[in-house]
Amino acid sequence: MKLTERLTDPLIRNNPITLQILGICSALAVTTSLSTALTMSVALTVVLGASSIIISTIRAHIPGSIRLIVQITIIAALVIVIDEILQAFAYETSKQLSIFVGLIVTNCLVLGRAEAFAMHNPPLPSLADGIGNGLGYSLILIVVGTLRELLGKGTLLGQPILPTVETGGWFEPLGLMSLAPSAFFILGLLVWAIRSRWTDQSEAVEYRLKPDAGRAAR
Amino acid sequence: MANPIRAFLNRPNDDTAKTFGVAIGVALVSALVVSTASVLLKPIQDANIAAEQAARMEAMLDQLPGMRDLMMETGVDALETRMVDLATGAFLPGTDAAGFDMLAAAQDPETSVALTTEQDLASIKRRPTMAPVYLLQKDGDLMLLVLPVHGTGYASTIRAMLALEADLQTVAALTVLEQGETPGLGARIMEPDWQAQWPGTLALAEDGTPVVEVVKGGATEAWQVDGLTGATRTSNAIQFLLQFWLGPDGYGPMLDRLRAEGL
Repeated sequence: MKLTERLTDPLIRNNPITLQILGICSALAVTTSLSTALTMSVALTVVLGASSIIISTIRAHIPGSIRLIVQITIIAALVIVIDEILQAFAYETSKQLSIFVGLIVTNCLVLGRAEAFAMHNPPLPSLADGIGNGLGYSLILIVVGTLRELLGKGTLLGQPILPTVETGGWFEPLGLMSLAPSAFFILGLLVWAIRSRWTDQSEAVEYRLKPDAGRAAR
Repeated sequence: MANPIRAFLNRPNDDTAKTFGVAIGVALVSALVVSTASVLLKPIQDANIAAEQAARMEAMLDQLPGMRDLMMETGVDALETRMVDLATGAFLPGTDAAGFDMLAAAQDPETSVALTTEQDLASIKRRPTMAPVYLLQKDGDLMLLVLPVHGTGYASTIRAMLALEADLQTVAALTVLEQGETPGLGARIMEPDWQAQWPGTLALAEDGTPVVEVVKGGATEAWQVDGLTGATRTSNAIQFLLQFWLGPDGYGPMLDRLRAEGL
């Protein structure tokens, strides 16, 4: 697989959120507005890229018995550094993201890529894989964040786009979009749309009901 | 004789010494990176927090009716800061308030006094000997007095600013500057809706006794304010820290003096 493919493959074809269903928790929590979704996307992509390249570089010397804890230590250190940087240079956004930046440590996506890919591949492909997956995650966050902010508040990045009724316009904000369930709805619709277009992503049905089982019993 | 680092790296990965070595090495490097980032960025973060608190103070002034007009009339654009000796209640002219940190001063035995359990309503163990207060005067009459207060809440130290009106009895506003209470419960003390109940509350009786109460289930008296549902300990903490700071071990002596002598 070429490096560029490593980078683009996780965008849609192998998207961590819609195909692997990883990192859902933070995808729900930080997508109430586009700006928090963007900051979280950048933070996660940086952590994922950096952790992949570091873990891949020292992969030959990580003893198997303690590999998970070594990975987590490296990821946690990176996350704390990112959190400190956000608190210094993006104070307002960091307050909105609150614990979710810290929770990147437990984001299945980061540990998943470290364990599944970076532990077995050289640094450069690992970096491409990390950043690719980060971008795949970002893409979904941005789509969900855009829809939720636009429909929930009529704004984008805080700028009014749809004139709301309150300010004399025609748009009635959908309060539901600001609540967590709406992120599930949007994600569900996205998964449906993507799997309808790329049908190979659909999972095989695990079991089927026998036809006419009810009548046979009678 | 091979290089010792190479020799270490050449050990098999399931070797106990290598396992320990890698674990300690990763931990040390991570710790170093984290502490470096933390120390280097601390000044910028502190500046952010200070700017935010200054903005809160400005916002508090903005919500006090007529306060901006009064400031315009008296020709000042900020409140006057004075240091107070808490034991005597006297102003300390010539003491610089800039950079004075009440919480840091309370930690240092030289700039603080220990409180007994009976005195320590706010659960702060030590109280600084001095504190900055902010005031607005017009022709020598006190118009507004802002007192920084703090105390221990349910999960954190709560810092707030209490603004008193010219009668030194009525609350003009309460603004919480800093807290780390339970999000969604105690942390709602930050919400404007809750803070909006404070203006007009009677904090002190005529003789200077603190009477303010944060009550459950509906404030009925002039000195009562509704507590927060599901955050009894945080609500109580606010009541106790106000009673402490308005009482004889807090700003009481200064308030008595101002009541008797004026500015």
